[in-house]
Amino acid sequence: MKSDAELQVLDRDIILKTQAGLPLIAEPYKQIAAELDIDAELLMQRIRIMQDDGRIRRIGAVPNHYRLGYTGNGMSVWDVPDEKVHELGEMIGALDYVSHCYHRPRFLPDWPYNLFAMVHGRSREEVIEKAQKIADLLGEHCRRRDVLFSSRILKKTGIRIGG
Amino acid sequence: MNDLNTVAPADALDALDKRIINTLQRSFPVCDHPFAVVAEQLGTTEGELISRLQRLREDKILSRFGPLYNADRFDGAVSLCAIAVPQARFDEVAEQVNAFPQVAHNYERDHELNMWFVAATESWQELEDTLAAIEAETGLIVRNMPKLHEFYVGLYFEI
Repeated sequence: MKSDAELQVLDRDIILKTQAGLPLIAEPYKQIAAELDIDAELLMQRIRIMQDDGRIRRIGAVPNHYRLGYTGNGMSVWDVPDEKVHELGEMIGALDYVSHCYHRPRFLPDWPYNLFAMVHGRSREEVIEKAQKIADLLGEHCRRRDVLFSSRILKKTGIRIGG
Repeated sequence: MNDLNTVAPADALDALDKRIINTLQRSFPVCDHPFAVVAEQLGTTEGELISRLQRLREDKILSRFGPLYNADRFDGAVSLCAIAVPQARFDEVAEQVNAFPQVAHNYERDHELNMWFVAATESWQELEDTLAAIEAETGLIVRNMPKLHEFYVGLYFEI
């Protein structure tokens, strides 16, 4: 049996080993376990525990949406009353065309936006239509708005922890 | 960088590729032979599934395959940051910013604040130090906009 402290170190090693991806081979977990010099059963158990407690959101594939034709990639930003931002954020986050929705700090005077919703579509027109639907839903609570389209992906490595 | 910004040809994916991508966006099993389990669901073989995934990753159709960790559940710090970069210096500044391993994603956006990147570090102190280093190197102001609350994160593209 390993102690809690040892398991914490092990979990961190597992994250460092897998954050760039799983090997595309028949027994990927066995391979990672061998590299970490642990039993494959223990590795799989720790991964399941991290899935259960939310440290792993999911295991799976991340498509590059741009390569797949979702070339409209708009970060819609909204200035809504702070006392309403939770209620409105929950509503906008629930829309099926919004992939990420966050409350962020404003930078006054020139950046008044406190609600961010990422909208994807096959064209900029499609994203603008979807942003208009968000504006309609926000109604009088929307004081200012903008959509920032991405014109280039400069880097896309995914978040890594150190080590 | 170019591959990331080019749409794949319309015939790049056949019906099985699409089913693979749609299925694997949702989940992937944790067991001895996970690809064999998924292959059986999809009506293909373990070897075929693996070789298709290798191709999809090489072609940058998939940017990643594996566990997606929730940064909130760790001690680290993550923030969305923006810089207003003078157009003439844009590529040079992109190189300077991208060279920091703490920078995970970086996008050019059509706005006066034209460079938006996500920085991820092991602590808030390291995040501040990193942003200060980026400011020192580029001579430009970095706006730090960490999330105050996450309402939803879920990226799924039916293709």
